[in-house]
Amino acid sequence: MRVVEMHDIVKDYPLTRALDHVDFALDSGSIHSLLGENGAGKSTLMKILYGMCTPDQGHIQIKGQSERITNPRQAINLGIGMVHQHFMLAPVMTVAENIVVGSEPDTGLLFDSRKAALVVDQLIARYGFCIKANERVSNLSVGEQQRVEILKALYHGAEILILDEPTAVLTPQEVEELFVIMRELRKAGKSIILITHKLKETLAIADTLSVLRDGRMITSGLSIEGVSADDLARMMVGRDVDLEMTNRSKTIGPISLQVRGLTLKGKEKNILSDLSFDLHRNEILGIAGIEGNGQSELIEVLTGLAKAEAIVFQHEGTTLSGDAHDFIQLKIGHVPEDRSTRGLIKEMTVEENLMLGYHRSPRFNRRGFFRPSAVRDFAQRMIKDYTIKTGSSRQRCGSLSGGNQQKVVIARVFSEDPDLIIVAQPTRGVDIGAMHYIHERLFELRDQGKAILLVSADLDEVRRLSDRIAVMYDGRIVSISKPGEYTETQLGLMMTGSSVEGCKDDNQA
Amino acid sequence: MTIRRNLFRNGGNLLAATETIRMSTLSLLLAMVVSAIIMAICRYNPFEAFGAIFTGAFGNSRAISQTLVHATPLMFTGLAFTIAKKASLINIGVEGQMYMGAIATAWIGALDFGLPAVLHLPLAILFGAVAGALLAGLVGFLKVRFGSNEVISTIVLNTIAINITGYLANYPLKADGPTAQTNRILPTAELPRLFQGYQLTAAFFIAIAVCAIIYLVMNKSLLGYEIRCVGYNRLAAQTAGIPIGRVMVVTMLISGAVAGLAGAMLVLGVDKRFIVGFSPGYGYNGISVAALAADNPIGVVFAGLIFGALNAGSMVLNRTTRIPTDFINVIQAFVIIFVSAPLLVKDILPFHKLRRKHDK
Repeated sequence: MRVVEMHDIVKDYPLTRALDHVDFALDSGSIHSLLGENGAGKSTLMKILYGMCTPDQGHIQIKGQSERITNPRQAINLGIGMVHQHFMLAPVMTVAENIVVGSEPDTGLLFDSRKAALVVDQLIARYGFCIKANERVSNLSVGEQQRVEILKALYHGAEILILDEPTAVLTPQEVEELFVIMRELRKAGKSIILITHKLKETLAIADTLSVLRDGRMITSGLSIEGVSADDLARMMVGRDVDLEMTNRSKTIGPISLQVRGLTLKGKEKNILSDLSFDLHRNEILGIAGIEGNGQSELIEVLTGLAKAEAIVFQHEGTTLSGDAHDFIQLKIGHVPEDRSTRGLIKEMTVEENLMLGYHRSPRFNRRGFFRPSAVRDFAQRMIKDYTIKTGSSRQRCGSLSGGNQQKVVIARVFSEDPDLIIVAQPTRGVDIGAMHYIHERLFELRDQGKAILLVSADLDEVRRLSDRIAVMYDGRIVSISKPGEYTETQLGLMMTGSSVEGCKDDNQA
Repeated sequence: MTIRRNLFRNGGNLLAATETIRMSTLSLLLAMVVSAIIMAICRYNPFEAFGAIFTGAFGNSRAISQTLVHATPLMFTGLAFTIAKKASLINIGVEGQMYMGAIATAWIGALDFGLPAVLHLPLAILFGAVAGALLAGLVGFLKVRFGSNEVISTIVLNTIAINITGYLANYPLKADGPTAQTNRILPTAELPRLFQGYQLTAAFFIAIAVCAIIYLVMNKSLLGYEIRCVGYNRLAAQTAGIPIGRVMVVTMLISGAVAGLAGAMLVLGVDKRFIVGFSPGYGYNGISVAALAADNPIGVVFAGLIFGALNAGSMVLNRTTRIPTDFINVIQAFVIIFVSAPLLVKDILPFHKLRRKHDK
C-alpha cells in the first residue's frame, strides 16, 4: 500500500527551480532512501511533505486521501514525523519532558511528570531503545539524543518517519545501532524515509530508493536488489565516479612538522595530554576520532589560535610561536573544521572571502585601499580553477551551496601554496562531486611535497586519504599506524576508548 | 521579473540595496501613518500637524536652511553609531563623546593664540574629534582588555562625560554672567555662515563629506574590510589572523572622533560656545538615524535629512498649533520599531506580499 504519494511537485526559488515536476511514493512498512547531492532538492521535497514549505504546484496524498499540508502540526496530525539533522531538544530537561512536549499529560492543571515518564518508559520498552526516561538530555550521547528525537515523533503518533541525514553525526557503532532501531520500526509497521547522500548506508538499510539530481527525479521507487554503489553514484552525480579512489604516497619526505609533549589544560582535566607526532613532507597524516576528543583544540594550537601549556613545536626546524597571523605568514594553511563559524564570513561577498587571511598581501591593495580589479581578477581565476558555482564574484557567500562555500575556503588556502596544510572536515556537507574534487586536490598537493594534517569525523575519508592514521581518544593519541594495519572495527573501537585500557591505567597512576 | 534578474546578475548587491531602501521608506511612511492615527485618537488633527511640520521643514528658504542645520548633528551622531555597528559594537556613548568634543572645541575656540582662521578653526575641530575619540577609545580598551560590555560602559561614561563637561563649564571655563556656559569662541574659530541671515554653515557639507569618506573607508579600504570581518564574524576574523582587539579599539576611536565632530560643529557653527545641556539628545537620536539608514554611511545622509526635517518642523508645530511636539518623538520611536522589525512591516502591508507573488 502507498502511504505517501506526491505528484508533480514544483517548487521555485528566485532564479532556481528546486523541484521540477517531481513524483514520489512511499510504500507502507518499508525503508525508502532518498538520495541526492547537496542542493538536489531532497530536503525541499521532504519539507513540503512535512508542511514546512508549500509547493508551487502538485498535490499530495496520504494513505490515499488528498491533503493540503501547510504546516508541521497538520503533518503530525496526519501521522508524519520528522527528525531533523540538528536536534531540537532542550538539554536541561529530561528525556520524558522533551518527548511529551506539545501534548503533555496533565492532572487537570499541572504537568503530570510521573505519567509522562510512565508513558515514555513504555514507548522505550516497546521499541527497545535503551535510554532512561528520567535522564537529562544533556547527559546523553549524540546517538541517544537522536533516539529521543525518534521517540518524540513516535509519541506524537508518527506512522511515517522522515530522517534527515541521520548518520552525519554518528560514529560507526552508533550507525549500526540506528540501523537496528530502524529495522525494529519497520517490523512495527512504520514507514521510513531516509534522506542521505551516503551510498553505503542506502545499500545497507533501504528497501527501495529514489534519486534526485538538480531538482529532477532521476529514478523513483527503485528496488535495492541488484543495485551497486557505482550505479547509485552515477545516478546522483550524472557521470562515473571512482568511489574507492585511494592513492598512497610513493615517497615520504623529510619531517615538516614536529610536535612533542603537547599539553593543553582545561577547567577540570587536560584537554590534550602529552601529544607527540611527526608530519612529513609528501604525507597525509589523518586524525581519526569521535568529535570532542581534542581534535578541535589540536587544530587551534597548530594554527596559532590557542596557546598550549607545554609544547615543543617545530616547523621546518624553526620553533613556532605567535598568533594566527604569524602562522599564516609562515605558510601554514588552515581549512577550518566549521566553515560557517571560522572559515567564511557569509555576509560578505565571494571575492571578499577568497582573500580572507591573505587580504593584506600587496597584490590586493595599495596604500591601504583595495585594488578592485586585482581582487576581481583573482576571484574570477579561483572561481574558474576550483569550479565554484556562483552567479558572480560579488555574490554574498552565504547564498552559495555548502559544497561551493567549502570550495571557496579550499581555493583560498590551496592557492596560497602553503608548505603545511591543516585540513579539518574538508568535505563535511559536501556532495560527491565536490568531495571527489577536493580529495584529488589533496593528493596533488601531497605529491607536490606538502605536508598535510587531515582531521575528519568521516572514517572512510580518513582511511582512503591518509598515509598514516593517528587515533585520538580523550585528548591522547592512542595509536598511530598505516591505514592497512587497522580494520574498520578496530578503528571504531579505539575511537571509543575500548582498547586503550593501558592509557586509562596510566591516568589513574 | 527581468529587472529582478538583472539585479541578481549584479551579484544581488543592487537588489539588496533597493530592498533596504524600500523597507526604510515603508517603515518611515508606516511610522507617520501610525503616529497620525494616535494624534487622531488624542483629538489632534494629523493633517494640521503634518502640514505644520512640512511648512517648518520645507516651507521657505529659511525653513530649508533650518532643516539642514538640524540634520547636521544627526548625520554625525548617526554616522558615529553606524561606524561602531560595523564592528558589531553598540556605541550608546555618542552623546557623551559629543559633549567631550564640544567642550574641547569650545576651549580651544575661545583661546587667543593669535592664529589666523585657517589654522584656528581646523585646530578647534581637531581637538573636538580627538576628545570624542579618546572617550570612545577608552570604551574599546576596556572591552578588549577587561571584557567589559561596551553598552554598559558607554551608558555610564555618558553620565560621567556630561557631568565633567558641566563642571568645566560651571567653574574653570565659565564665562562671566549667570548662565553655565563657556566664553564665546573667537571669530577666527567660527564656522562661516554660507548666506547672510541664515544659520546654515559649512558644517552641513563637512557632514556629507565625512559620510562619504567613511563610506569609502568601510567598503574600499583594508581597515574597513577588517572592521566588517570583525563585525560579521569574530571567530572567522581571528582565524584569518586579523587582530580583533586592535580593530575594535580603532573602530571606537573613529566612531568617537565623528561623535566629537558633532559637538565641535554645534559649538563652532550654532551655539558659538559650550552651553551646559546644549544637546536635546542628538547622540541618542543618532541611533534612530542609523537604524533608518540601515547602517549605511550614505543612508545616514538621507536619514539625517529626514530627521532634521522633522526636528525643524517641530519648531513650527510648536509655534503655530496646540499639538505637542512630543509627537516628533513618537514618529521617531515608531521608525525604530518598524525598521528593526522588517517582518512586521511585511505583514502589515498586504501589497508587499502581493507584489512578491506577482514577481513569480
